[in-house]
Amino acid sequence: MSHPPLSIVMTHADWLGLFTHFMTLSLLSIGGAITTAPEMQRYLVNDRLWLTDAQFNSSIALAQAAPGPNVLFVALVGWNVGLNAGGGLGAGMAGWGFALLGVAVTMVGMMLPSATLTFFAARWGHRNRELRPVRAFKQGVAPIVIALLLSTGWVLTAGHNHPAQDWPLWLLTVVTALVVWKTRIHLLWLLGAGALLGALGLA
Amino acid sequence: MASDTTWSAKPGNCGCDNRAMSFLPAQKHPQPQSLSDLFMSFTLLALQGFGGVLAVVQRELVEKKQWLTREEFVEDWAVAQILPGPNVVNLSMMIGDRYFGLRGALVALAGMLTLPLLVVLAMALLFAGIADVPAAQGALRGMGAVAAGLITATGLKLIGALHTNVMGARICWALAAITFIAIALLRIRLLWVLLVLGGLASMWAYRQLGALRAVGASQ
Repeated sequence: MSHPPLSIVMTHADWLGLFTHFMTLSLLSIGGAITTAPEMQRYLVNDRLWLTDAQFNSSIALAQAAPGPNVLFVALVGWNVGLNAGGGLGAGMAGWGFALLGVAVTMVGMMLPSATLTFFAARWGHRNRELRPVRAFKQGVAPIVIALLLSTGWVLTAGHNHPAQDWPLWLLTVVTALVVWKTRIHLLWLLGAGALLGALGLA
Repeated sequence: MASDTTWSAKPGNCGCDNRAMSFLPAQKHPQPQSLSDLFMSFTLLALQGFGGVLAVVQRELVEKKQWLTREEFVEDWAVAQILPGPNVVNLSMMIGDRYFGLRGALVALAGMLTLPLLVVLAMALLFAGIADVPAAQGALRGMGAVAAGLITATGLKLIGALHTNVMGARICWALAAITFIAIALLRIRLLWVLLVLGGLASMWAYRQLGALRAVGASQ
Protein backbone atom coordinates (compact mmCIF):
# COMPACT_ATOMS: atom_id res chain seq x y z
CA MET A 1 0.00 0.00 0.00
CA SER A 2 2.88 2.33 0.66
CA HIS A 3 4.03 2.05 -2.95
CA PRO A 4 1.54 2.52 -5.77
CA PRO A 5 1.82 0.02 -8.64
CA LEU A 6 2.65 2.86 -11.03
CA SER A 7 4.89 5.89 -10.67
CA ILE A 8 3.94 8.75 -12.92
CA VAL A 9 4.63 12.46 -13.24
CA MET A 10 1.67 14.71 -13.95
CA THR A 11 2.13 18.31 -15.06
CA HIS A 12 -0.41 21.08 -14.57
CA ALA A 13 -1.48 20.52 -18.15
CA ASP A 14 -2.05 16.83 -17.39
CA TRP A 15 -4.31 17.64 -14.44
CA LEU A 16 -6.20 20.09 -16.60
CA GLY A 17 -6.50 17.44 -19.31
CA LEU A 18 -7.84 14.96 -16.75
CA PHE A 19 -10.38 17.54 -15.60
CA THR A 20 -11.64 18.43 -19.08
CA HIS A 21 -11.81 14.76 -20.08
CA PHE A 22 -14.09 14.02 -17.14
CA MET A 23 -16.17 17.10 -17.97
CA THR A 24 -16.74 15.58 -21.41
CA LEU A 25 -17.55 12.16 -19.98
CA SER A 26 -20.04 13.85 -17.65
CA LEU A 27 -22.13 15.09 -20.56
CA LEU A 28 -22.02 11.63 -22.17
CA SER A 29 -23.07 9.78 -19.03
CA ILE A 30 -26.67 9.12 -19.99
CA GLY A 31 -27.88 6.20 -17.91
CA GLY A 32 -25.30 6.86 -15.22
CA ALA A 33 -21.56 7.43 -14.87
CA ILE A 34 -20.94 3.70 -15.18
CA THR A 35 -21.92 3.83 -18.87
CA THR A 36 -18.77 5.87 -19.56
CA ALA A 37 -16.49 3.30 -17.90
CA PRO A 38 -15.24 1.79 -21.19
CA GLU A 39 -14.23 5.21 -22.53
CA MET A 40 -12.66 6.18 -19.18
CA GLN A 41 -10.65 2.98 -19.16
CA ARG A 42 -9.41 3.61 -22.70
CA TYR A 43 -8.24 7.13 -21.83
CA LEU A 44 -6.66 6.51 -18.41
CA VAL A 45 -5.23 3.01 -18.82
CA ASN A 46 -4.49 2.60 -22.53
CA ASP A 47 -3.86 6.15 -23.74
CA ARG A 48 -2.28 8.11 -20.90
CA LEU A 49 -0.91 5.19 -18.82
CA TRP A 50 -1.95 6.97 -15.61
CA LEU A 51 -3.64 3.92 -14.11
CA THR A 52 -3.25 0.12 -14.24
CA ASP A 53 -6.05 -2.11 -15.43
CA ALA A 54 -6.22 -3.74 -12.00
CA GLN A 55 -6.58 -0.35 -10.31
CA PHE A 56 -9.40 0.57 -12.65
CA ASN A 57 -11.30 -2.70 -12.14
CA SER A 58 -10.94 -2.69 -8.37
CA SER A 59 -12.20 0.90 -8.28
CA ILE A 60 -15.46 -0.21 -9.86
CA ALA A 61 -15.82 -3.37 -7.75
CA LEU A 62 -15.22 -1.51 -4.50
CA ALA A 63 -17.62 1.30 -5.33
CA GLN A 64 -20.30 -1.27 -6.08
CA ALA A 65 -19.76 -2.93 -2.72
CA ALA A 66 -19.75 0.38 -0.86
CA PRO A 67 -22.89 2.26 0.10
CA GLY A 68 -23.82 5.23 -2.03
CA PRO A 69 -24.29 6.07 -5.69
CA ASN A 70 -22.22 4.05 -8.16
CA VAL A 71 -20.71 7.29 -9.48
CA LEU A 72 -18.31 7.14 -6.53
CA PHE A 73 -16.16 4.72 -8.52
CA VAL A 74 -14.99 7.90 -10.24
CA ALA A 75 -13.63 9.15 -6.92
CA LEU A 76 -11.66 5.92 -6.47
CA VAL A 77 -10.30 6.20 -10.01
CA GLY A 78 -9.14 9.75 -9.20
CA TRP A 79 -7.74 8.58 -5.86
CA ASN A 80 -5.63 5.94 -7.61
CA VAL A 81 -4.36 8.35 -10.26
CA GLY A 82 -3.37 10.69 -7.42
CA LEU A 83 -1.60 7.86 -5.58
CA ASN A 84 0.37 7.04 -8.71
CA ALA A 85 1.29 10.69 -9.24
CA GLY A 86 2.19 11.45 -5.63
CA GLY A 87 4.16 8.35 -4.72
CA GLY A 88 1.41 6.77 -2.61
CA LEU A 89 0.39 7.27 1.01
CA GLY A 90 3.86 6.14 2.07
CA ALA A 91 5.10 9.49 0.74
CA GLY A 92 3.34 11.27 3.60
CA MET A 93 1.50 14.54 3.24
CA ALA A 94 2.37 14.88 -0.45
CA GLY A 95 0.97 11.41 -1.16
CA TRP A 96 -2.30 12.21 0.60
CA GLY A 97 -2.46 15.61 -1.08
CA PHE A 98 -2.11 14.18 -4.58
CA ALA A 99 -4.63 11.41 -3.85
CA LEU A 100 -7.19 13.94 -2.65
CA LEU A 101 -6.43 16.21 -5.60
CA GLY A 102 -7.20 13.25 -7.87
CA VAL A 103 -10.54 12.73 -6.13
CA ALA A 104 -11.45 16.42 -6.42
CA VAL A 105 -10.46 16.76 -10.07
CA THR A 106 -12.31 13.64 -11.26
CA MET A 107 -15.43 14.07 -9.11
CA VAL A 108 -15.92 17.77 -9.82
CA GLY A 109 -15.25 17.14 -13.50
CA MET A 110 -17.76 14.29 -13.53
CA MET A 111 -20.50 16.09 -11.61
CA LEU A 112 -20.38 19.76 -12.63
CA PRO A 113 -21.62 19.65 -16.24
CA SER A 114 -24.29 16.98 -15.77
CA ALA A 115 -25.60 18.48 -12.52
CA THR A 116 -25.85 21.94 -14.10
CA LEU A 117 -27.65 20.60 -17.15
CA THR A 118 -29.98 18.45 -15.06
CA PHE A 119 -30.84 21.33 -12.77
CA PHE A 120 -32.01 23.61 -15.57
CA ALA A 121 -33.56 20.94 -17.80
CA ALA A 122 -35.49 19.28 -14.97
CA ARG A 123 -36.65 22.64 -13.65
CA TRP A 124 -37.97 23.56 -17.11
CA GLY A 125 -39.65 20.17 -17.40
CA HIS A 126 -41.33 20.52 -14.01
CA ARG A 127 -42.57 24.08 -14.69
CA ASN A 128 -44.06 22.88 -17.96
CA ARG A 129 -45.26 19.51 -16.72
CA GLU A 130 -48.80 20.11 -17.94
CA LEU A 131 -47.66 20.77 -21.52
CA ARG A 132 -48.72 18.02 -23.85
CA PRO A 133 -45.20 17.21 -25.17
CA VAL A 134 -43.78 17.00 -21.63
CA ARG A 135 -46.62 14.74 -20.49
CA ALA A 136 -46.26 12.64 -23.63
CA PHE A 137 -42.54 12.17 -23.03
CA LYS A 138 -43.00 11.08 -19.42
CA GLN A 139 -45.88 8.73 -20.22
CA GLY A 140 -44.10 7.32 -23.25
CA VAL A 141 -40.81 6.61 -21.50
CA ALA A 142 -42.34 5.07 -18.35
CA PRO A 143 -42.54 1.45 -19.57
CA ILE A 144 -39.04 1.75 -21.07
CA VAL A 145 -37.65 2.97 -17.76
CA ILE A 146 -39.21 0.05 -15.89
CA ALA A 147 -37.80 -2.41 -18.42
CA LEU A 148 -34.35 -0.81 -17.98
CA LEU A 149 -34.45 -1.66 -14.28
CA LEU A 150 -35.31 -5.27 -15.03
CA SER A 151 -32.53 -5.29 -17.65
CA THR A 152 -29.98 -4.01 -15.12
CA GLY A 153 -30.87 -6.84 -12.75
CA TRP A 154 -30.51 -9.28 -15.62
CA VAL A 155 -27.15 -7.90 -16.83
CA LEU A 156 -25.66 -7.97 -13.32
CA THR A 157 -26.76 -11.60 -12.92
CA ALA A 158 -25.83 -12.77 -16.40
CA GLY A 159 -22.24 -11.63 -15.82
CA HIS A 160 -21.93 -14.85 -13.82
CA ASN A 161 -22.28 -17.23 -16.75
CA HIS A 162 -21.11 -20.60 -15.48
CA PRO A 163 -24.39 -22.32 -14.52
CA ALA A 164 -22.86 -25.26 -12.70
CA GLN A 165 -20.86 -22.94 -10.46
CA ASP A 166 -22.97 -19.80 -10.39
CA TRP A 167 -26.49 -21.20 -9.78
CA PRO A 168 -26.38 -20.29 -6.06
CA LEU A 169 -25.77 -16.64 -7.05
CA TRP A 170 -28.72 -16.71 -9.44
CA LEU A 171 -30.91 -18.29 -6.79
CA LEU A 172 -29.85 -15.61 -4.34
CA THR A 173 -30.80 -12.91 -6.85
CA VAL A 174 -34.21 -14.44 -7.57
CA VAL A 175 -35.03 -14.99 -3.90
CA THR A 176 -33.96 -11.42 -3.10
CA ALA A 177 -36.14 -10.02 -5.87
CA LEU A 178 -39.19 -11.97 -4.64
CA VAL A 179 -38.63 -11.08 -0.98
CA VAL A 180 -38.20 -7.36 -1.71
CA TRP A 181 -41.15 -7.37 -4.08
CA LYS A 182 -43.54 -9.02 -1.64
CA THR A 183 -42.33 -7.99 1.82
CA ARG A 184 -41.06 -4.88 3.57
CA ILE A 185 -37.97 -6.41 5.15
CA HIS A 186 -35.10 -3.93 5.54
CA LEU A 187 -32.72 -4.10 2.59
CA LEU A 188 -29.62 -4.12 4.81
CA TRP A 189 -30.59 -7.53 6.23
CA LEU A 190 -30.61 -8.95 2.74
CA LEU A 191 -27.23 -7.44 1.86
CA GLY A 192 -25.82 -8.75 5.13
CA ALA A 193 -27.18 -12.21 4.37
CA GLY A 194 -25.66 -12.04 0.88
CA ALA A 195 -22.27 -11.03 2.27
CA LEU A 196 -22.39 -13.82 4.85
CA LEU A 197 -23.39 -16.50 2.33
CA GLY A 198 -20.67 -15.28 -0.01
CA ALA A 199 -17.99 -15.18 2.68
CA LEU A 200 -18.87 -18.74 3.73
CA GLY A 201 -18.50 -19.84 0.12
CA LEU A 202 -22.19 -20.75 -0.22
CA ALA A 203 -22.97 -18.26 -2.99
CA MET B 1 -58.05 21.11 -8.04
CA ALA B 2 -58.66 19.72 -11.49
CA SER B 3 -59.83 22.98 -13.01
CA ASP B 4 -56.43 24.68 -12.97
CA THR B 5 -54.78 22.26 -15.34
CA THR B 6 -55.11 21.98 -19.08
CA TRP B 7 -55.00 18.23 -19.02
CA SER B 8 -57.58 17.45 -16.39
CA ALA B 9 -60.32 15.05 -17.37
CA LYS B 10 -63.39 14.34 -15.33
CA PRO B 11 -63.45 10.73 -14.17
CA GLY B 12 -65.82 8.58 -16.14
CA ASN B 13 -66.30 10.84 -19.14
CA CYS B 14 -64.35 8.79 -21.63
CA GLY B 15 -64.66 5.20 -20.47
CA CYS B 16 -61.07 5.28 -19.32
CA ASP B 17 -61.22 6.85 -15.88
CA ASN B 18 -58.20 5.04 -14.56
CA ARG B 19 -56.08 6.61 -17.29
CA ALA B 20 -57.61 10.00 -16.77
CA MET B 21 -56.37 9.83 -13.18
CA SER B 22 -52.87 10.60 -14.35
CA PHE B 23 -53.96 14.04 -15.50
CA LEU B 24 -54.83 15.20 -12.04
CA PRO B 25 -52.25 17.60 -10.64
CA ALA B 26 -49.91 16.21 -8.03
CA GLN B 27 -51.81 15.29 -4.90
CA LYS B 28 -50.88 16.71 -1.55
CA HIS B 29 -48.44 14.42 0.15
CA PRO B 30 -45.71 14.63 2.79
CA GLN B 31 -42.75 16.91 2.01
CA PRO B 32 -39.22 17.46 3.31
CA GLN B 33 -39.51 19.83 6.27
CA SER B 34 -36.24 21.74 5.96
CA LEU B 35 -32.87 21.78 4.25
CA SER B 36 -31.36 19.74 7.07
CA ASP B 37 -34.20 17.22 6.77
CA LEU B 38 -33.39 17.01 3.06
CA PHE B 39 -29.65 16.57 3.70
CA MET B 40 -30.13 13.94 6.39
CA SER B 41 -32.75 12.05 4.40
CA PHE B 42 -30.56 11.77 1.33
CA THR B 43 -27.44 10.98 3.36
CA LEU B 44 -29.20 8.13 5.18
CA LEU B 45 -30.71 6.98 1.94
CA ALA B 46 -27.36 6.91 0.15
CA LEU B 47 -25.69 5.07 3.03
CA GLN B 48 -28.27 2.28 2.81
CA GLY B 49 -27.71 1.81 -0.89
CA PHE B 50 -25.18 -0.92 -1.57
CA GLY B 51 -24.58 -1.72 -5.22
CA GLY B 52 -26.53 1.36 -6.24
CA VAL B 53 -29.13 3.45 -4.46
CA LEU B 54 -32.18 3.02 -6.65
CA ALA B 55 -33.88 0.21 -4.73
CA VAL B 56 -33.56 2.22 -1.53
CA VAL B 57 -34.74 5.42 -3.17
CA GLN B 58 -37.97 3.79 -4.27
CA ARG B 59 -38.61 2.27 -0.86
CA GLU B 60 -37.71 5.35 1.19
CA LEU B 61 -39.18 8.14 -0.94
CA VAL B 62 -42.29 6.38 -2.23
CA GLU B 63 -43.20 3.79 0.40
CA LYS B 64 -41.92 5.31 3.64
CA LYS B 65 -41.62 9.10 3.37
CA GLN B 66 -44.18 9.33 0.55
CA TRP B 67 -42.58 12.47 -0.88
CA LEU B 68 -43.52 11.02 -4.28
CA THR B 69 -46.34 8.78 -5.48
CA ARG B 70 -45.42 5.70 -7.46
CA GLU B 71 -46.55 7.43 -10.67
CA GLU B 72 -44.57 10.60 -9.93
CA PHE B 73 -41.54 8.46 -9.15
CA VAL B 74 -41.67 6.71 -12.52
CA GLU B 75 -42.06 10.03 -14.35
CA ASP B 76 -39.27 11.77 -12.44
CA TRP B 77 -37.10 8.72 -12.82
CA ALA B 78 -37.59 8.91 -16.60
CA VAL B 79 -36.30 12.49 -16.58
CA ALA B 80 -33.41 11.62 -14.23
CA GLN B 81 -32.48 8.75 -16.51
CA ILE B 82 -32.57 10.61 -19.82
CA LEU B 83 -30.36 13.45 -18.57
CA PRO B 84 -26.62 12.80 -18.22
CA GLY B 85 -25.24 12.16 -14.76
CA PRO B 86 -25.87 9.61 -12.01
CA ASN B 87 -29.61 8.90 -12.02
CA VAL B 88 -30.16 8.85 -8.28
CA VAL B 89 -28.20 12.07 -7.85
CA ASN B 90 -30.23 13.70 -10.62
CA LEU B 91 -33.44 12.58 -8.93
CA SER B 92 -32.35 13.90 -5.54
CA MET B 93 -31.47 17.27 -7.08
CA MET B 94 -34.86 17.46 -8.78
CA ILE B 95 -36.66 16.82 -5.50
CA GLY B 96 -34.46 19.31 -3.64
CA ASP B 97 -35.09 21.98 -6.28
CA ARG B 98 -38.83 21.38 -6.21
CA TYR B 99 -39.15 22.20 -2.50
CA PHE B 100 -36.25 24.58 -1.80
CA GLY B 101 -34.98 25.83 -5.18
CA LEU B 102 -31.27 25.95 -6.03
CA ARG B 103 -30.27 25.62 -2.37
CA GLY B 104 -32.37 22.48 -2.10
CA ALA B 105 -30.76 20.98 -5.19
CA LEU B 106 -27.26 21.66 -3.86
CA VAL B 107 -28.10 20.32 -0.40
CA ALA B 108 -29.60 17.16 -1.92
CA LEU B 109 -26.49 16.73 -4.06
CA ALA B 110 -24.23 17.20 -1.04
CA GLY B 111 -26.30 14.80 1.04
CA MET B 112 -26.12 12.15 -1.63
CA LEU B 113 -22.33 12.37 -2.10
CA THR B 114 -20.47 13.76 0.94
CA LEU B 115 -20.63 11.00 3.55
CA PRO B 116 -20.73 8.14 1.01
CA LEU B 117 -17.56 9.60 -0.56
CA LEU B 118 -15.77 9.48 2.79
CA VAL B 119 -17.02 5.94 3.37
CA VAL B 120 -15.86 4.68 -0.02
CA LEU B 121 -12.39 6.19 0.49
CA ALA B 122 -12.18 4.59 3.93
CA MET B 123 -13.20 1.27 2.40
CA ALA B 124 -10.51 1.62 -0.26
CA LEU B 125 -7.91 2.12 2.49
CA LEU B 126 -9.16 -0.90 4.44
CA PHE B 127 -9.76 -3.15 1.47
CA ALA B 128 -6.25 -2.58 0.12
CA GLY B 129 -5.15 -4.91 2.93
CA ILE B 130 -7.63 -7.76 2.45
CA ALA B 131 -8.40 -7.73 -1.27
CA ASP B 132 -6.78 -11.14 -1.73
CA VAL B 133 -8.69 -12.96 1.02
CA PRO B 134 -11.18 -15.46 -0.55
CA ALA B 135 -13.85 -14.73 2.07
CA ALA B 136 -13.73 -11.01 1.25
CA GLN B 137 -14.11 -11.74 -2.47
CA GLY B 138 -16.96 -14.15 -1.70
CA ALA B 139 -18.74 -11.52 0.38
CA LEU B 140 -18.43 -9.07 -2.53
CA ARG B 141 -19.97 -11.66 -4.87
CA GLY B 142 -22.83 -12.41 -2.50
CA MET B 143 -23.64 -8.73 -2.03
CA GLY B 144 -23.52 -8.24 -5.79
CA ALA B 145 -26.12 -10.99 -6.29
CA VAL B 146 -28.38 -9.41 -3.69
CA ALA B 147 -27.94 -5.99 -5.33
CA ALA B 148 -29.10 -7.47 -8.65
CA GLY B 149 -32.20 -8.82 -6.91
CA LEU B 150 -32.93 -5.44 -5.32
CA ILE B 151 -32.90 -3.65 -8.66
CA THR B 152 -35.09 -6.32 -10.26
CA ALA B 153 -37.63 -6.03 -7.44
CA THR B 154 -37.75 -2.26 -7.89
CA GLY B 155 -38.68 -2.75 -11.52
CA LEU B 156 -41.36 -5.32 -10.59
CA LYS B 157 -42.91 -2.96 -8.03
CA LEU B 158 -43.13 -0.08 -10.48
CA ILE B 159 -45.07 -2.11 -13.06
CA GLY B 160 -48.21 -1.12 -11.14
CA ALA B 161 -47.60 2.50 -12.11
CA LEU B 162 -48.31 1.58 -15.74
CA HIS B 163 -52.01 0.94 -15.00
CA THR B 164 -52.67 4.67 -15.35
CA ASN B 165 -50.52 5.07 -18.45
CA VAL B 166 -52.21 6.84 -21.34
CA MET B 167 -50.79 4.40 -23.90
CA GLY B 168 -52.76 1.47 -22.52
CA ALA B 169 -51.58 -1.85 -21.10
CA ARG B 170 -50.80 -3.69 -24.33
CA ILE B 171 -48.54 -0.98 -25.78
CA CYS B 172 -46.81 -0.62 -22.40
CA TRP B 173 -46.05 -4.33 -22.20
CA ALA B 174 -44.80 -4.38 -25.79
CA LEU B 175 -42.49 -1.41 -25.16
CA ALA B 176 -41.16 -2.98 -21.97
CA ALA B 177 -40.53 -6.31 -23.70
CA ILE B 178 -38.71 -4.72 -26.66
CA THR B 179 -36.59 -2.61 -24.30
CA PHE B 180 -35.63 -5.65 -22.24
CA ILE B 181 -34.65 -7.62 -25.35
CA ALA B 182 -32.66 -4.71 -26.79
CA ILE B 183 -30.77 -3.83 -23.61
CA ALA B 184 -30.46 -7.06 -21.63
CA LEU B 185 -30.20 -9.62 -24.42
CA LEU B 186 -28.89 -7.80 -27.51
CA ARG B 187 -26.84 -5.27 -25.49
CA ILE B 188 -27.71 -2.35 -27.77
CA ARG B 189 -26.46 1.05 -26.57
CA LEU B 190 -28.80 2.78 -24.16
CA LEU B 191 -28.64 6.05 -26.07
CA TRP B 192 -30.09 4.48 -29.22
CA VAL B 193 -32.80 2.63 -27.36
CA LEU B 194 -33.86 5.79 -25.59
CA LEU B 195 -33.81 7.88 -28.76
CA VAL B 196 -35.61 5.44 -31.06
CA LEU B 197 -37.98 3.60 -28.75
CA GLY B 198 -38.49 6.55 -26.41
CA GLY B 199 -39.15 8.81 -29.38
CA LEU B 200 -41.74 6.49 -30.90
CA ALA B 201 -43.42 5.93 -27.54
CA SER B 202 -43.55 9.66 -26.81
CA MET B 203 -45.14 10.33 -30.19
CA TRP B 204 -47.74 7.64 -29.53
CA ALA B 205 -48.45 9.05 -26.06
CA TYR B 206 -48.73 12.55 -27.58
CA ARG B 207 -51.36 11.27 -29.98
CA GLN B 208 -53.26 9.47 -27.21
CA LEU B 209 -53.26 12.57 -25.03
CA GLY B 210 -54.75 14.50 -27.94
CA ALA B 211 -57.45 11.89 -28.46
CA LEU B 212 -58.29 12.01 -24.77
CA ARG B 213 -58.57 15.77 -24.82
CA ALA B 214 -60.81 15.64 -27.88
CA VAL B 215 -63.12 13.20 -26.12
CA GLY B 216 -63.12 15.40 -23.02
CA ALA B 217 -63.89 18.55 -25.04
CA SER B 218 -66.80 17.02 -26.94
CA GLN B 219 -68.72 16.28 -23.75
